[in-house]
Amino acid sequence: MSHNIRVDLKPKDFQTDQEVRWCPGCGDYAILAAVQRALAKQGVEPHNIATIAGIGCSSRFPYYMATYGIHGIHGRAPAIATGVKLARPDMQVWVATGDGDSLSIGGNHFIHLLRRNVDLKILMFNNRIYGLTKGQFSPTSELGKKTKSTPFGSVDHPFNPLSLAVGAEASFVGRFIDVDARTAAEVLAAAAAFKGTAFVEIFQNCNIFNDGAWDHLSQKEHRSDRTIALEHGKPMIFGANRDKGIRLHGLRPEVFTLGENGLGEADAWIHDAHDSDPTRAFLLARMTWPEFPVPVGILRSVERTSYDEALCGQVEQVRSTKKADLQGLLNGRSAWVVA
Amino acid sequence: MQSSPAASASASSSASGGASSKPTEVLESVVIRFAGDSGDGIQLTGGQFTAASAAAGNDTATFPDYPAEIRAPAGTLAGVSGFQLHFSSRDILTPGDRADVLVVMNPAALASNKKWLKGNGVLIANSDAFTVKNLAMAGYASNPLEDGSLADYQVFELDLSRLTGDALLGLEMTAKEVERCKNYFALGLVFWLFERDASMVEDEIKQKFGAKPMLLDANLRVFRAGWDYGENTELFQVRYRVPAAEDIAPGTYRSISGNEAVALGLIAAAHQAGLSLFLGSYPITPATDILHELAKHKEFGVKTFQAEDEIAAICAAIGASFANQLAVTTTSGPGIALKSEAMGLAVMTELPLVIIDVQRGGPSTGLPTKTEQSDLMQVLYGRNGESPLAVLAIRSPADAFDCAFEACRVAIKYRVPVVLLSDGAIANGAEPWKIPDASTLPTIDPNFLNSAEQLPGGKLLPYDRDPQTLARPWVYLGTKGLEHRIGGLEKWDKTGHISYDPQNHHHMTKVRQAKVEAIAQDIPAVEVVGPSSGDLLVVTWGSPWGSVRTAVKELQGAGKSVAHVHLRWINPMPRDLGEVLQRFGRVLVPEINNGQLVQVLSARYPRRFDRYNRIAGQPLTVAEVKQAMVELLPD
Ligand SMILES: Cc1ncc(C[n+]2csc(CCOP(=O)(O)OP(=O)(O)O)c2C)c(N)n1
Ligand code: SF4
Ligand SMILES: [Mg+2]
Repeated sequence: MSHNIRVDLKPKDFQTDQEVRWCPGCGDYAILAAVQRALAKQGVEPHNIATIAGIGCSSRFPYYMATYGIHGIHGRAPAIATGVKLARPDMQVWVATGDGDSLSIGGNHFIHLLRRNVDLKILMFNNRIYGLTKGQFSPTSELGKKTKSTPFGSVDHPFNPLSLAVGAEASFVGRFIDVDARTAAEVLAAAAAFKGTAFVEIFQNCNIFNDGAWDHLSQKEHRSDRTIALEHGKPMIFGANRDKGIRLHGLRPEVFTLGENGLGEADAWIHDAHDSDPTRAFLLARMTWPEFPVPVGILRSVERTSYDEALCGQVEQVRSTKKADLQGLLNGRSAWVVA
Repeated sequence: MQSSPAASASASSSASGGASSKPTEVLESVVIRFAGDSGDGIQLTGGQFTAASAAAGNDTATFPDYPAEIRAPAGTLAGVSGFQLHFSSRDILTPGDRADVLVVMNPAALASNKKWLKGNGVLIANSDAFTVKNLAMAGYASNPLEDGSLADYQVFELDLSRLTGDALLGLEMTAKEVERCKNYFALGLVFWLFERDASMVEDEIKQKFGAKPMLLDANLRVFRAGWDYGENTELFQVRYRVPAAEDIAPGTYRSISGNEAVALGLIAAAHQAGLSLFLGSYPITPATDILHELAKHKEFGVKTFQAEDEIAAICAAIGASFANQLAVTTTSGPGIALKSEAMGLAVMTELPLVIIDVQRGGPSTGLPTKTEQSDLMQVLYGRNGESPLAVLAIRSPADAFDCAFEACRVAIKYRVPVVLLSDGAIANGAEPWKIPDASTLPTIDPNFLNSAEQLPGGKLLPYDRDPQTLARPWVYLGTKGLEHRIGGLEKWDKTGHISYDPQNHHHMTKVRQAKVEAIAQDIPAVEVVGPSSGDLLVVTWGSPWGSVRTAVKELQGAGKSVAHVHLRWINPMPRDLGEVLQRFGRVLVPEINNGQLVQVLSARYPRRFDRYNRIAGQPLTVAEVKQAMVELLPD
């Protein structure tokens, strides 16, 4: 896939004339802006991009992107996007989805997309609620959550989207918080450049039906203590004063304070996003606050042949050895003549 | 067996090239049915006999009757596999109601197939398999070969296992390997009995077992032993010959199944449109062979995507259609149920898409291996909202190529999803198909919008319409300046922007309906086979065509005022259908369902309709539809 790269693209080149219909204050605005900035920076022109979504507040995304787009049906964006990509591998394809769209109704398509590793980027807006249908619990809502459909508290054990993704053979797994423009830019740029399915979980605030769901992580005053920005090849150090680290006890991560008990930077776990063994990516995915800081950035980025490349390669391979002879095909192997 | 006026006695060559000492009787048509365990190679045997009959110039039609279970225990009723072949020196349209010759490999095969054998028909039974255990499994209290219960038939008992074993004496083979050759003995015998050209089977055995010299030798020996047995035994005193058919249009023919022909029609349509073919599918009986067939032909740029389920399969096809491929999804009834929401998306987005439903018995899992026509209502109406879809149906295996091609042509021309209905009998049945000349196939113009330059006002209107077809532009994905968004929400006409406007929704609902109705301008006028007015008109869709056409011709031959109209297109219907219906006293609609087309017709045309419905997982027979017609005719 070689696109004409333009250095002069601006975020507004990716904006449509459609009035954006999200609630004022919704986290989706920041994500839209982040994506438009990332695409402008990437320089692939809008007509070489397709944005595909299912149904949900988040899935309105394609209407606001001046690319080709499909606003599909609930949960099915990965399948629609797969069709677009298999048909036209030269298009860069982005999928926007919600926690309900991708993990409930579309759970099957989601895991199969990751397993196949179709070359497309999937952004999951995780607000831990069904926004569009006005506030029911979602597959990422915490146990005990009170919503309109769970007035006595949810008894549904939630998914951890990233560990699910790693378990489903995901080759690229990243995460950022809607308000964290810096990590957003980094993760989106890497996802855009990745060849294969790039899955990005975005902690998104639904200020109407689940306001503050991520406040414990997103608030400026806590963010550096409660999240850890992963950097490939770097020791895992975090904290407002960068005084804490993560080290591995075998396969068990552990938080430590630098300078205590004789432990220092040299003891910290060195993040290897390219480790082909998914075990450590899984450990990272399972790290949740308050026991651990929550990882943001790129947890895993391991290239393997993408499905579209393999399929198209097979077609090309056959075409190079076998002539497409329509009459021969129609005739088959045992025709006879009636005179 | 239908005798030909000129029954003759002659001597002809044997498998080993010698002359036969037995006389030959000439017949017009024969229906032969092979039945045995799924492991007995019945489908293969039937296929080889069909190929040899077709090569001998007969018209043929087949009906494979698959067992309900793939690996049912040997000897059980559930494991019985059947294959019926009708071969004739006349033009025939059905695999035949009942068999002149029934070959059974075990008691279960006899128990479940005896009802298909004509009175005084020839029954060839593998008596070795009529053991106490097998008899019990088939539900026989006593051995029918011995208890006189088969007195109405001409019974020929063969110790197939022993005869096969004898033919293989001296070869180092296990008992199991010997057992697996016995279908070739039966095949050799019927080849002798009907004077079929043995070299075809011998060539095929050579091809199949070329790499395994012992099996090659063994199967050839057994096949020849079967032939020689016919020649030498006292059992058979006469051979039969069905001469080459003479009322068949000249041309090059091949035998083709409905599923194969559909696959070829799709490839040909993509070729003639200059498009790549994209298939999204999830395996389901009896549609899967279309996926298998298309997966073989990557040299045509065909991309087959075996999705995680039917929903993903159609959604991927919709994505591929947006990306300008000839997009197809194939399934059976349960799969259509899963696809229905996405079918609505295709209606809303007005993208070309071909949805193929190879119907089987329902509801739910129903009868996966049996045929039925019960998805008509589902494809016409089984979606939320006002969601009109174009629907056409295949009438026979040899019609499948044209129907698949037509479905693609209309989908592309009108930018609509089109449902193509087939069924289990068409899918797996085979008949001779006159191979079209590829150079004379029509071309299909995808007519892409692939430049922003000539747009009025410089702006793309994704839901602007061609005044004649109401088709919207099929924008070439990736064209600069034509970026646009589509989806399942209601659109403003022309701009395609989201619209909740009440008047616009009313208008768009009417437009989507009008678009499907506009397809009628592409449909030829009704062809009335028979008198243009009269006592009785029989209206069919789908696979009952062959039985009904045969029965109608027979009644016409007997001087009855009967005509036949077959509908390839069900939505829309030919524009003159209503007028044709008025010209007949009675209108009969035979279907393998509980009366679906008849309901559609009743709602549309203000007249009385009669119905004939049998929902037994089997094709309608000529005899039963004829009887239904006779009951409606004045004496
Ligand atoms: C087949 C179907 N079932 C249900 C719905 C209703 N529905 C629309 S969006 C949605 C949930 C959306 O939640 P999520 O994916 O988390 O998106 P959000 O609105 O939170 O961004 C539901 C249940 C639908 N549109 N289609
Ligand atoms: S309901 Fe929530 S997620 Fe949806 S637009 Fe409003 S704030 Fe955003
Ligand atoms: Mg949500």
